[in-house]
Amino acid sequence: MRFVFKRSYDDDIKLFKHRPQAFYYLALLILMLALPLLLDDFFLGEVTYVLIFAIAGMGLMLLTGHTGQVSLGHAAFLALGAYLNAIMLSKGIPFVITLPLAGILTGIIGMIIALPVLRLHGIYLAIATLAISVLADDIIVMAEPFTGGVTGLVAPPIDIFGLDIDRYGTPILFYFLVLFVTLFVLMIYRNIMRSPLGRAFVAMRDSEISAQALGVNITKTKATAFAISCAITGLAGALLGHFAGAFNNETFNIVLSIQLLLMIVIGGLGSIHGAFFGAMVVGFLPQFIAISRDFATDNFGFNSLSMPGIETGVFALILVLFILFEPMGIYGRWVKIRTYFELFPFYRKNMFKRQKSYLKTERMK
Amino acid sequence: MDFWQLAISGLANGSVYGLIALGFVLIYKATEAVNFAQGDFMMMGAFITIWLTNEQYLGFSFWLAIPLAILIMALLGYLLDVVVIRRMFGQPQIAVIILTIALGFIIRFAAGAIWSHEPQLLETPFAGREVHFGGLVLGFEEVAVIIVTLLLTMFLFLFFKKAKLGKAMQAASQNQLAAYYVGIPVKRIQSLVWALGGSVAAVAGILFASKGAVDPSTGLLGIKAFAAAVIGGFGSLPGALIGGLIIGLIEPFAAYGLPAGYSQVAPYALMLLVLIFRPAGLFSQMHEKKV
Repeated sequence: MRFVFKRSYDDDIKLFKHRPQAFYYLALLILMLALPLLLDDFFLGEVTYVLIFAIAGMGLMLLTGHTGQVSLGHAAFLALGAYLNAIMLSKGIPFVITLPLAGILTGIIGMIIALPVLRLHGIYLAIATLAISVLADDIIVMAEPFTGGVTGLVAPPIDIFGLDIDRYGTPILFYFLVLFVTLFVLMIYRNIMRSPLGRAFVAMRDSEISAQALGVNITKTKATAFAISCAITGLAGALLGHFAGAFNNETFNIVLSIQLLLMIVIGGLGSIHGAFFGAMVVGFLPQFIAISRDFATDNFGFNSLSMPGIETGVFALILVLFILFEPMGIYGRWVKIRTYFELFPFYRKNMFKRQKSYLKTERMK
Repeated sequence: MDFWQLAISGLANGSVYGLIALGFVLIYKATEAVNFAQGDFMMMGAFITIWLTNEQYLGFSFWLAIPLAILIMALLGYLLDVVVIRRMFGQPQIAVIILTIALGFIIRFAAGAIWSHEPQLLETPFAGREVHFGGLVLGFEEVAVIIVTLLLTMFLFLFFKKAKLGKAMQAASQNQLAAYYVGIPVKRIQSLVWALGGSVAAVAGILFASKGAVDPSTGLLGIKAFAAAVIGGFGSLPGALIGGLIIGLIEPFAAYGLPAGYSQVAPYALMLLVLIFRPAGLFSQMHEKKV
């Protein structure tokens, strides 16, 4: 059991709660930096993929996990980032400018889209964003002169100050690029959550009415959350475009939107860790299924190759189990296990029990 | 004549959207949860009917298969609530939404694994029959779809308005705790609502499958039905039907008059407009929220 003594108000918003924690994260960082030495190109590519999804997950986590606004349309913003980046690159603008610009522009466009939509609550917001995702698919096809329509676009090669970065040619450099962006987004995210803005997000999630009473400008804060969330997602989209090499409207379909949401729920809503855990599940699940499929075929003569869509099926099943038995996600489970050992033997079963609330209609109040 | 031909086939399509939307609204009205898997329920209902009827599978008589399919879907809906959804009692609404989205994926996967991903047609006794109506030549299915949908909506509307069970369902949604206090078995009522939702989905599935081929991704039609439910105002049964009909009508005319691609966008664009300018829908039940 560790006691953290707080000696000033600033201790509440320190980057790390205590020294050992800082040490663990430093160790993790060193491991991530040393990863190209430990893994071959294929698995490094998988890790890169997971990191890109973690960035997208952080984007959605900020909006859904910390501000409480559910979005089923974030694939649209991934697409926006990817297309903006690729189009600007093909116009000859260097990558160091196009990547941040793609993020910023996605954020601005996201906010413009969000302003009318943000007046909606709960399910209406979810449905409106779902519609945005469906519309994005069709708009990409219709805006053929820019987006290449159904044929799609090929992400132009990246060139940073004479350094060629390519997913297949130089996977290590691409990995470091993605890692750098991940750390950058992570720092921004973490710092937002320590600032008054982040506190306003969380306050709004927990109770819009109380937040308003405490002087939070609801519309402005929601729009800001949407803008930041879209900007982060746009960055992830730009990187995903480079990772995929070529992409079209199908790459960013509605299923991806939903998968993003499911991902952060499995990871654990309301924590930055959750975005990473969720991304790991999404990233490694196909490999895991492929391996267990081979295992089943070899050992039981059970032919499961004729099952398309098994990945989404298994993914959804895992999600259902999580929502039923561990609504706080993987990170929540980890926190519980840690608390169990920290408090041993005084852990109580109901420690993390959520208060149940009886439902009242939204229609008549 | 072209105009009427388009209008009738649009209305028939719209009826199916309306029926799925009806399922959403039904469950929303009575449990305050939104069933994102309703489209997949419909697909499941269609496949169960195909499985019962078609020669290739069991080959029952069509008229026996219909009540059986509706019964099976009602049972599935009931069981789904008892086994899965009921555990979410008292959890935030959004958790239920995410749960039903995941269930939709599972249903789609299961249907694909059982009945393959090939599109399949329901063998109906009235396939190919036509109805002549004042110079119009209409498919029998289209007319049947419109009539059945209208009857079902009327029945459900009266059910919620007049029947004791219907009123209990509304009460359970408006205030769970108060409903408990006046002796309404809220949990069982909710299971019954899911059963009702399942059987409405089965009817929608049968009608859809008699009009065109079904494959496991047909469930994504549910998204269009969302647009219908939102346009009509979530919470209003006739509204859902009218929303569905509006979308069904917009599609063929947009395809007729506008460049390619716009017809797919039109329903969602309309829905966004409705959400922005009249967030409660055209036939709203929304009242001002007080602190």
